[in-house]
Amino acid sequence: MSLFIEVSLDLLKGFGVTCEIFFATLVCSLPLGLVLAFGSMSRFKPLRYVVKVFVWVIRGTPLMLQVIVMYFGPALLFGWGFLERILAVIIAFVINYSCYFSEIYRGGIESISKGQYEAGQVLGMTKTQIFFKVVLLQVIKRIIPPMSNEIITLVKDTSLARVIIVEEILKVAYDYAAEGLIWPLFYTAVYYLIFVGVLTLLFGFIEKKLNYFRV
Amino acid sequence: MAFLEVKNYRKKFGDNEVLKGISFSLEKGEVLAIIGSSGGGKTTLLRCLNFLEIPDEGTLTLGGETLFDAAEGKAATARIREKRLHFGLVFQQFNLFPQYTVFKNITLAQTLLAKAEFTQKKKDFAAILKAAPKSERKKLGAEQKEVLAEIRANQKKRIEERAESLLARVGLSEKKNAYPYELSGGQQQRVAIARALALSPDILCFDEPTSALDPELTGEVLKVIKGLKSSDSTMIVVTHEMEFAKNVADHVIFISDGVIEEEGTPEEVFENPKSEKTKAFLQKSRDLLGEDDSFAEVSK
Repeated sequence: MSLFIEVSLDLLKGFGVTCEIFFATLVCSLPLGLVLAFGSMSRFKPLRYVVKVFVWVIRGTPLMLQVIVMYFGPALLFGWGFLERILAVIIAFVINYSCYFSEIYRGGIESISKGQYEAGQVLGMTKTQIFFKVVLLQVIKRIIPPMSNEIITLVKDTSLARVIIVEEILKVAYDYAAEGLIWPLFYTAVYYLIFVGVLTLLFGFIEKKLNYFRV
Repeated sequence: MAFLEVKNYRKKFGDNEVLKGISFSLEKGEVLAIIGSSGGGKTTLLRCLNFLEIPDEGTLTLGGETLFDAAEGKAATARIREKRLHFGLVFQQFNLFPQYTVFKNITLAQTLLAKAEFTQKKKDFAAILKAAPKSERKKLGAEQKEVLAEIRANQKKRIEERAESLLARVGLSEKKNAYPYELSGGQQQRVAIARALALSPDILCFDEPTSALDPELTGEVLKVIKGLKSSDSTMIVVTHEMEFAKNVADHVIFISDGVIEEEGTPEEVFENPKSEKTKAFLQKSRDLLGEDDSFAEVSK
């Protein structure tokens, strides 16, 4: 019994690191994704192309590789020092998820009919007012399902951090397995499932909240 | 000089010249109907009046003030947002804001304008306060606060009363708190009309206001538009409803291939068309629409 409690607490510590990566990534990439989305819809062609190529590269290569590059790259390429491990992970994750989110945002924004913008225009609204007062909530309603998908994937992607020896929950469990204790590895599923369960309820709640209108 | 004067409006999309020099004028309180076959440029003309499209050539004067002159180049589109407020537009597809109630749809734009006005006033007051001698600042500040609170309350009251009266005018007072998806197409369009009227535009434009509606719903919308006529608002209606144009308009323009093919009073255009194209168009629409013209029953 005392072993079970010890393992549980150890895994909980690892889960704390998992949560750290998750929330830091989410908080930074949600707004950054919007910036990239505007970039990819810009009327200024060079900017549009730069953003599109960037998104292609990031979506086109494995996240694990990006984590490795972010950690070793600066040292190997420029002879700079190494970033703190968890920081390297978070930066790589933020870049990666911003790109995915930006595509979801773009799809959402482009799905709003031109008529909504024009209605705002003929009513004398500014561009900013049209975006925030007319378009945004409709976009949010539309993108909640794909966003919840992506965010749930993020929960599990955090386990990639172990490639550069960040002590997230799966790494902790692997260490037990290396010492011959295999069940903690399967036990981690409980933590993930609870976390994703909470998120699922949360997204369900938001969807329900936005059910008062139809787009 | 007429209230609205449009001179030589031209608009090209790529190589496709949609408006080939349109000029017309309209007196205050008049209703102008624009008819013509699809693709003839009616809707583009209306969008140019609302500055949703910028004409390549031409001028527009309203009440003696030149609102647009293409010769000015870029400067012509400056302060376009304020210029737009002279015109209201009711869309074919209503374009209500789905996340707001009927009431909020009507009050939103006004509220935003009032807020901007209020912020400006606040800034002005702050400047006055800063310039005042120190000893008087406290008293002055308190007075200003009171005035501002009053302005805000008045704004709110004015906007809400106007929305209520507009809702009554389009006969939808009891739908005040409904969301657009809960309304029929005809009701949505009536809300859209109230929304456009909320800003008291000098000229209210309608872009085929009944084309997206089921035939049995067009009557209620046309009735509302007809009702507006008595209250001396100036209107421009692009329409396929010939009976409606005949009954309500003071002036009719027939547009074909980007030019005004024929214009005059409804009697002149509908009873004695001079141009062959007009004759052909009217004959065709009689053949197509003659049987179930929904306005016929309203006007009885």
